[in-house]
Amino acid sequence: MATIREPVGRRTFLQGAAVGAAGIVAHTREAEALPGAQQGGAAPVPAADRVEVFHTDRPGADFMVDVIKSLAFEYVAANPGSSFRGLHESLINYGGNTAPELLTCLHEESSVAMAHGYAKIEGKPMLVMAHGTVGLQHASMAIYNAYCDRVPIYIVLGNILDVAWRRNDVEWTHAVQDCAAMVRDCTKWDDTPVSLGHFAESSVRAYKIAMTPPHAPVVLVADAMLQEEPMPDADRARLHVPTLSRALPPIGDSGAVGELAGMLVAAENPVIITGRAARTPNGLALMVQLAELLQAPVRDERPVVQRMNFPSLHPLRGGVVEEADLVVGLEVADFYHQVHALTPENKLGMESRRITRAGAKTATISSHELLTKSNYQDFGRYNEVDLAIVADAEATLPSLIEACRKLITPDRKRLFEQRGARLAEAARTAFDLAMSQAAVGWDASPISTARLSMEIWNQIKTEDWSLVSDSTFVLNWPLRLWDVTKHYQYIGWSGAYGIGYGAPAAVGAALANRKHGRLSVNIQSDGDLNYAPGILWTAAHHRIPLLTIMHNNRAYHQERMYVADMAARARRPVSRSEIGNELANPFIDYATMARAYGVYGQGPIDNANDLGPAIKRAIDVVKRGEPALVDVLTQPR
Amino acid sequence: MTKTFLLTVATVFVMAATPLPVTSQTPTQPPTAVAPAANAGDAENGKRLYMTQTCYYCHGTVGQGAGRVGARIGPPSRALAGFIRYVRRPSGAMPAITDQVSDQDLTDIYAYLRTSAPAKNPKEIPLLNQLKSPGQ
Repeated sequence: MATIREPVGRRTFLQGAAVGAAGIVAHTREAEALPGAQQGGAAPVPAADRVEVFHTDRPGADFMVDVIKSLAFEYVAANPGSSFRGLHESLINYGGNTAPELLTCLHEESSVAMAHGYAKIEGKPMLVMAHGTVGLQHASMAIYNAYCDRVPIYIVLGNILDVAWRRNDVEWTHAVQDCAAMVRDCTKWDDTPVSLGHFAESSVRAYKIAMTPPHAPVVLVADAMLQEEPMPDADRARLHVPTLSRALPPIGDSGAVGELAGMLVAAENPVIITGRAARTPNGLALMVQLAELLQAPVRDERPVVQRMNFPSLHPLRGGVVEEADLVVGLEVADFYHQVHALTPENKLGMESRRITRAGAKTATISSHELLTKSNYQDFGRYNEVDLAIVADAEATLPSLIEACRKLITPDRKRLFEQRGARLAEAARTAFDLAMSQAAVGWDASPISTARLSMEIWNQIKTEDWSLVSDSTFVLNWPLRLWDVTKHYQYIGWSGAYGIGYGAPAAVGAALANRKHGRLSVNIQSDGDLNYAPGILWTAAHHRIPLLTIMHNNRAYHQERMYVADMAARARRPVSRSEIGNELANPFIDYATMARAYGVYGQGPIDNANDLGPAIKRAIDVVKRGEPALVDVLTQPR
Repeated sequence: MTKTFLLTVATVFVMAATPLPVTSQTPTQPPTAVAPAANAGDAENGKRLYMTQTCYYCHGTVGQGAGRVGARIGPPSRALAGFIRYVRRPSGAMPAITDQVSDQDLTDIYAYLRTSAPAKNPKEIPLLNQLKSPGQ
């Protein structure tokens, strides 16, 4: 086969009227290497035998990869899609499939949720690629979760904006005028670059925006034409990858911080409530410093524990809002409902009463107000507080601690020590109560969630472990009984209760834990896993070590309780509440499901005495660097 | 929405209703009045009712409770009359079960809950006894 270098633009022509698909996509260098290749000056080929083929010398996607590599992404999660095929190819060939390495996901929701879990451990975003239309539609719920959870995700969407570039109906249906519009209400920023230089600048800007607290997802559109067309010669010399500027988080005004310090030092019974206060391990250390300095109790936002803010068995864990004279919320998503209760609790409607005692003060440090949008209502009720510091809590803690330190007199210190002793006693009493509650139904079948949690703890307590799942649905037993001290040992929940987050987020967090050699543990709800169980295959394919213990209560249990509640209110039979909520008949065999995806699976286990040995066997598999799943038939909660 | 104000006296959370195979269009029948005695219940029938009437959703299959979702009720800490009164006039998150379940059904459920094993002492459970307590 002869190669005639007869470029039209950067197109070349190959001889032969019936060149196959492989020939059409062959790279110039490969074509040159073919036996019999001719150089310029060869005899002319008859026009009828010429076939126009397209070779691209340095597609624009290569430059996009240069930009992406400058941002030090470790991984890119994607379900493959034609609108970003150019970038896909450049990442794996030009980029060498390292930094970032491509992760094969079986659903775009899984890609984003995987990035969500990863960011909570690693503290930086994972790249996600998706179609600007159908892929983003799949991904949208997970993006909303990450937005509400204030987690950075870096999303690149493929699109074909130029009508002349759309070759068939599929590409017309996969094209969109404004890709990011669909998720603009739940992302922090987006852009649609029209040149490679534009792409470079917006890419770095997007990263900076995503990583400046409050963290949130960002979206960048990589148009297919920019990806696939060659970099214009004229542009090559002047294309520039901007340096990522270091951005410091917003810190509270010094005057306001001083005022809050005065309130904290003067308070007789302060309570500190934490939501997403500890963004990093340093945040956790700062929380302990503040609490110990003031001998003030720290408790989690209710009903969901958002982050690992404070050691689980610290003697200052606790605090009763009803008894407090000062309640301080640090990055609390729903502060209103920390200081109010619905009245009465068992009636519909939004009547509520403040539960703090008369004269009690309230204050907040929160960056939530720096990312308030109109459409989605994650901003919650308006808070009537005495002092609202709009800033990042973790970044403000050092100055708050210092301001408190300066105000503490020996008298106040003595009072704090007495308070600390009382709080330590209260913490021990609460712990004893939790142990007593855990003992009830200890041998029950289905297995109690307390027993489930303790059988796991018994197997992991001597390991360097990381709980990569929410613990709400198992009554927070791990946070009540386990000795949780490190930031990576608990990663919080989904952010918006968007079910389907759990399994992929656990895999993403486990991936981040892998290089640290940590044992990642996922207590997995059955309803959640069924949204996109293909994430099990992703874990197996990429050899991500993860211990998954099924909390298999065979239902969408929260909804089952709600429907029963509605039936009882309407004086109709609650017995029909299973309809539409149960995940039984037929029984879903998760061990078999796991094995089908290449994951070690065992169970179902309904005898509590069999659980410990089963977990131990699964951990042996995980220690070999593979995922494993144990199916456990559990109590509803 | 019509609100019914009832006297509330305790925090137990029980859901129970008659197992009528009715649709939402079928009027429910008022319960048959029974004067229950503490030992008159049929525990076997009570277990069936406890499960089919979804009491276990919030209280667990052996009445162990589920934290804020539902209190521990097995074995019951109150007398039968107080138990029935609470189901009719609950406090907390539980909706009132006023006229769908008979006193006899509740008596049977009560009898089932009385068969629940008393809670073990956590100090006698090795997995619990080994735990560190706060500040340790």
